[in-house]
Amino acid sequence: MRQTFTKSQLASLLVLRFFAGWHILYEGTAKALNPQWSSLGFLQESQWILSGFSEWIISNPGVLAVVDFLNVYGLIAIGLGLIAGLFFKVAAIAGAILIFIYYLNSPPLIGIEYVLPSEGHNLIINRTLIEAVALVVLALFSTSNIFGLDALISNHNKKEESENERS
Amino acid sequence: MNDHNDKNRNKNTIPEKNAGNEMNVQGKSDKTGKSGISRRTVVKALAGIPVLGLFGHQLLKKRNYDLEKREAVVKKLGLDTMDFPVSDYGTRRHGGDLLRVGIIGYGARGNQLARSLGFMHPDEVKRRHELGDLDEWLEQEYLNVAITGICDVFDMHTENGMAVAQNDIRPGGQDAPKLPVKRYGHYREMLDDKDIDAVIIATPDHHHGQMTVDAAKAGKHIYCEKTVANTEKEMNELYNAVKESGVVYQLGHQITQNVIYQQARELIKRDILGKITLVQTTSNRNTAHGAWIRHLDGQGNPKPGSEQTIDWMQWLGKAPYTPFSIERFYNWTLYFDYATGLIGQLFTHEFDAINQILRLGIPKTVTSSGGTYFWKDGRDMADLLHIVLEYPNRDLTLLYSGSLASSRGRGRVIMGHDASMEIGNNIMINADRNSTQYQEAIQSGLIDPSAPMITYNPGAGQVDAVTSASERYYATRGLTTTTINGRRVDVTHLHLREWINCIRDGGVPSVNVDIAFDEGIACVMAQRAYVEKRVVEWDDVARKIV
Repeated sequence: MRQTFTKSQLASLLVLRFFAGWHILYEGTAKALNPQWSSLGFLQESQWILSGFSEWIISNPGVLAVVDFLNVYGLIAIGLGLIAGLFFKVAAIAGAILIFIYYLNSPPLIGIEYVLPSEGHNLIINRTLIEAVALVVLALFSTSNIFGLDALISNHNKKEESENERS
Repeated sequence: MNDHNDKNRNKNTIPEKNAGNEMNVQGKSDKTGKSGISRRTVVKALAGIPVLGLFGHQLLKKRNYDLEKREAVVKKLGLDTMDFPVSDYGTRRHGGDLLRVGIIGYGARGNQLARSLGFMHPDEVKRRHELGDLDEWLEQEYLNVAITGICDVFDMHTENGMAVAQNDIRPGGQDAPKLPVKRYGHYREMLDDKDIDAVIIATPDHHHGQMTVDAAKAGKHIYCEKTVANTEKEMNELYNAVKESGVVYQLGHQITQNVIYQQARELIKRDILGKITLVQTTSNRNTAHGAWIRHLDGQGNPKPGSEQTIDWMQWLGKAPYTPFSIERFYNWTLYFDYATGLIGQLFTHEFDAINQILRLGIPKTVTSSGGTYFWKDGRDMADLLHIVLEYPNRDLTLLYSGSLASSRGRGRVIMGHDASMEIGNNIMINADRNSTQYQEAIQSGLIDPSAPMITYNPGAGQVDAVTSASERYYATRGLTTTTINGRRVDVTHLHLREWINCIRDGGVPSVNVDIAFDEGIACVMAQRAYVEKRVVEWDDVARKIV
């Protein structure tokens, strides 16, 4: 099975991949560089189905510290993976899940209101959700085996395979 | 990849698991390197690297911009040379003699104070253990104290206190001595006992004055909950008794132990706010419990206690006689026979918070207004209360506004000509757009008056000039507990600790009798202004209220 792309398809997928990767990588680095950052503020605002879970995290300083750590370095790892095309599918799926969790914590559903004003006007769908879906699309239309470090890995594996076949 | 194949010139093929043939074609190509991968493939595989390079470049640029701006603001404000006091909390060993403490009044607050001293009820220990937050309490510094006496007019409270004092699961572990705990029927018996070194008073307010005087005369060190005392006469007696006896007195205004206040004081010393002329402080509550309706349990049934289990005459003390009332027993804050309502419960803390920062002392004049507008249950106290305290010699007004019928947050703000400071669980300073001191910096864009110029979050342990939008967001949140050296610490524990350290090693506690006198007099003035509906003045020469 193979996926073939026209040049323009490939170019658009690459642009989407680099932009999403850039955004996620900066979300992570900005948090890592800010000693005051904690997911506390975000989790306090949590509503809908994950609010109970968020409360549990907040009430538990140890758990909060772990969540903060995973968030910061998870975002950085995902961002690097997306841009460099390294373990790309894992990165894209992990990113989609993580960002979908962000969405679930504060979805713009009817009847749920937030203290902080959101960016733009949203009804059910917001940019967070779109980014999560975009990452799923990127994972399905993977470009990292051409433009990514994954290409080197798969080449390497292929070479070993063919050598094994020969011997 | 078939880049050399004309047919597929415009196609890019991604080899998947079964694309071995494609790879073999590639492998046989002329440009294949030693590794069997073509240079072209390698170059393409590294496509993300320049993007990462660009990202890194932009990140550094942004970082430098932020840091330079922050540094410029910090320098402009003279904060680069600022030293904050370093706490020795967690490193200190409390040696010397064991301090034997008696608690007078073992209600809800008495129980909290015992916990802050390092004593908890076995049931509570179990509950916290199950919740998983017992360790934080066990890590509290061991203060080398023992609760050896409990006195309360209500049997149930006394028994509860005895169980707490006797529990041996506590900070200090096995080293903590286990002394017998004595039950006293009357507080004077406790004061007469030579085996008690110090007392904690946590009774309703109408006992504070007399008990403090008696304890001082008996030579016991005193930690007394606010209010200091309800009347001017008691204030004077108390002040003289404590001064003459030389005992260590600490008023239970624990807010001063919050590191925030030490930092706020340092920031104000730097004249960052300019001339301060107005301070606004508020209380905002909107629940029955918050309005001191506390005689019913969660199901709406009366809480325990009867004439058989409560020594009603001792509870009344010098207050006018009234038949036994379980409602008065629990809701004493509502009645002027025992308390001064919002003034003695909440204003006193607010006043202390500001007094610790600005050292205001006794105001020249006080006016109060308000009324019972929401909780019309026969209470004496106002549920909406506004107090104006004037300090003409400081060119300053302190404004207090308390509401028990709306929980809308109104901050605690110190307003100066150049900037204002809001103090909650963190500190936020905003430059004033019409500031003289910052006029140039505002014009040049270095300082943005619409956003906090400085924030201090004890959790982060540093002063920051806030420059980015996302940081601004966290600045408005603030952490919910006081942090010392990266540890969450209970402020009442710190306040008791300071008192105990002063008893052992000498020194002056934060809210000693001089400061307590000023704060107590300010409260008495506010109460009289409300009750007598007039402007109440302080005669600084005769040292009395006129």
